[in-house]
Amino acid sequence: MLRFTVSRLLQAIVVVFAVFTLTFFMVRLAPGDPLATEKAIHPDVKRSLQERYHLDKSLPEQYALTLKSYFAGDLGPSMKHQGMWNAKIISDSWPVSLTIGLMALIIAVAIGIPAGVIAAVRRNTWVDNSAMSMALLGICLPGFVMGPLLIALFGIKLRWFNVGGWYEATDWVLPAATMGIIYAAYIARLTRGGMLEILNQDFIRTARAKGVPELKIVTHHALRGGLIPVVAYLGPALAGITTGSFIIETIYNLPGLGSHFVNAAVNKDYTLVLATTVLFATLLVFVNFFTDILVAWLNPKVRLT
Amino acid sequence: MPLLDVQNLRVAFHTRNGVVRAVTGVSLSVEKGQTVGIVGESGSGKSVTCYSMLGLIPMPPGRIEGGTANFDGVDLLKMSRAELRAIRGRRISMIFQDPMTSLNPYMRVGDQVMEPLRIHEGLCKAEALPKAIAALAEVGIKNPEERVRQYPHEFSGGMRQRVMIAMSMITRPELLIADEPTTALDVTIQKQVLDLIKERQRALGSAVILITHDLAVVSEVCDYVNVMYAGRLVESAPVGELFRNPRHAYTRSLMRSIPALQPKGGTLYTIPGMPPDLAKLGPGCAFRVRNAENGYLCLTDRDPEIIEIAPGHRVQNCPGCLERGNA
Ligand SMILES: Nc1ncnc2c1ncn2[C@@H]1O[C@H](COP(=O)(O)OP(=O)(O)OP(=O)(O)O)[C@@H](O)[C@H]1O
Ligand SMILES: [Mg+2]
Repeated sequence: MLRFTVSRLLQAIVVVFAVFTLTFFMVRLAPGDPLATEKAIHPDVKRSLQERYHLDKSLPEQYALTLKSYFAGDLGPSMKHQGMWNAKIISDSWPVSLTIGLMALIIAVAIGIPAGVIAAVRRNTWVDNSAMSMALLGICLPGFVMGPLLIALFGIKLRWFNVGGWYEATDWVLPAATMGIIYAAYIARLTRGGMLEILNQDFIRTARAKGVPELKIVTHHALRGGLIPVVAYLGPALAGITTGSFIIETIYNLPGLGSHFVNAAVNKDYTLVLATTVLFATLLVFVNFFTDILVAWLNPKVRLT
Repeated sequence: MPLLDVQNLRVAFHTRNGVVRAVTGVSLSVEKGQTVGIVGESGSGKSVTCYSMLGLIPMPPGRIEGGTANFDGVDLLKMSRAELRAIRGRRISMIFQDPMTSLNPYMRVGDQVMEPLRIHEGLCKAEALPKAIAALAEVGIKNPEERVRQYPHEFSGGMRQRVMIAMSMITRPELLIADEPTTALDVTIQKQVLDLIKERQRALGSAVILITHDLAVVSEVCDYVNVMYAGRLVESAPVGELFRNPRHAYTRSLMRSIPALQPKGGTLYTIPGMPPDLAKLGPGCAFRVRNAENGYLCLTDRDPEIIEIAPGHRVQNCPGCLERGNA
């Protein structure tokens, strides 16, 4: 376990460092100038801006300076949000995405796992067929269709929730539901597949021969193994779902982190692209580590070394 | 009254490729404490015969089309699912062919061994654990106090079959159904496991149905033998009688193919051809195409009937298969 933790930690450092380096150079390779604006600016102003972002220095120098500031925990200033620090942009917007993402995940798990389990237990019956058709619908309906549908019903017709924005305590509900339903559909299908695989195993027949009641066969004998694929999927999905979605944030007009990923790239905001990407990579490495521990705990045959 | 008395059991699987008549008119009985063998080639319906009585075949596609299976005077086939569940694992328990896949890899061995006690006798974990440890010790597992905390993958195949035996016998069942318990094991371990089953059987006074395709095993451990072919019983007799006086051509072919009884150095005898497709089986003797003795005399227009040829010795009455001479 200790060896596992240490080796994964080293691995994590290498991965994050590689992502940092790749992102740093790739944004600079892309055509376009981060300081270009529609209005002409005075050459002196431009020069001072370039100095501020070290754009007047050579690439290796820029890289070294940025790396140094990251090691000091400083993500630098944004190039497009005038006077804003990247750390501040992230700490302002991430809680929004985190709240919606975690709620979406809870919704997804709460719907997806029971639906998948029931579908597997009642396989090839109308219960299974309707659950899986719903899941297919959930997967195929993109967020930009599902979102407006939910807004039209619960925001405009029933007036239960705001149609958008981030002001009231209930504003997470519709965006979280939109994301949650889509993820629930994936989880239901994964759960069904995992459970079906386990329920066909010989040891389930052994359990029946022992007189174990059907419900206990599902909960005690099948669930642990059947959920392994779901857990393996949820880990990495967690990183994606809690860092926001550009589509959801656009539909619901939310000040979340997801839009910054896209806008920073579009705006050639070199420093913000780097900050958000490194954040995402760190998060992903982190959840993968915990996913591996969880899978090993679920599956006694997996040894953490 | 026999402990188990099966009469005219018929089981079919309604599949996309037709109706597979897996078990057709099988009758057999097991006395208290007796060891009864069911022998036959792969696909002859041995497992389905036993599983269907206990509600362990998938339905659909499986369907029990007729018959009775009286266990201690009550028909298993008429029981509700809950009644049957109360018998499974308590009064009738099972061991399966492949010990590598028959134990739950996600559960500690101790939890699995004590589960029948917890379900059927309502014991809590603290009460059941010492019994599980004792049961493992009785089947020859060393350090049972530590082994109960381990998972199946930490056991060898032979040890896992010992665990299965401990688990299936922990409720002192009146009947143990062992479905090819040694087929998947090393030859050296097969005998140990068979001896262990015998030993536990004697200690608890249980009856055993031993399913196998190995007549040599039958001759060693069984009191009574049922030979199955293509979903039917072709011959059944006390073990000594059957080996002394095999009347059906299929039984004799099976005996000829016991490796230990064949002359050393020669090529091993195997029954020519393949068992028939149970979905396409018409009337007549199912063994006729493979009967090298007098296949041309076999029934083709109607199914052979079972006749009792000597006390306790029953055989399918097909002129091509029945040994003539002393009939
Ligand atoms: N779930 C099922 N669906 C369809 N057919 C089945 C099913 N289970 C068993 N059968 C058929 O029933 C017949 C008897 O099978 P059974 O498992 O009883 O054979 P067996 O004598 O135990 O053979 P083996 O030595 O291979 O275990 C076979 O032809 C098999 O194809
Ligand atoms: Mg079988």
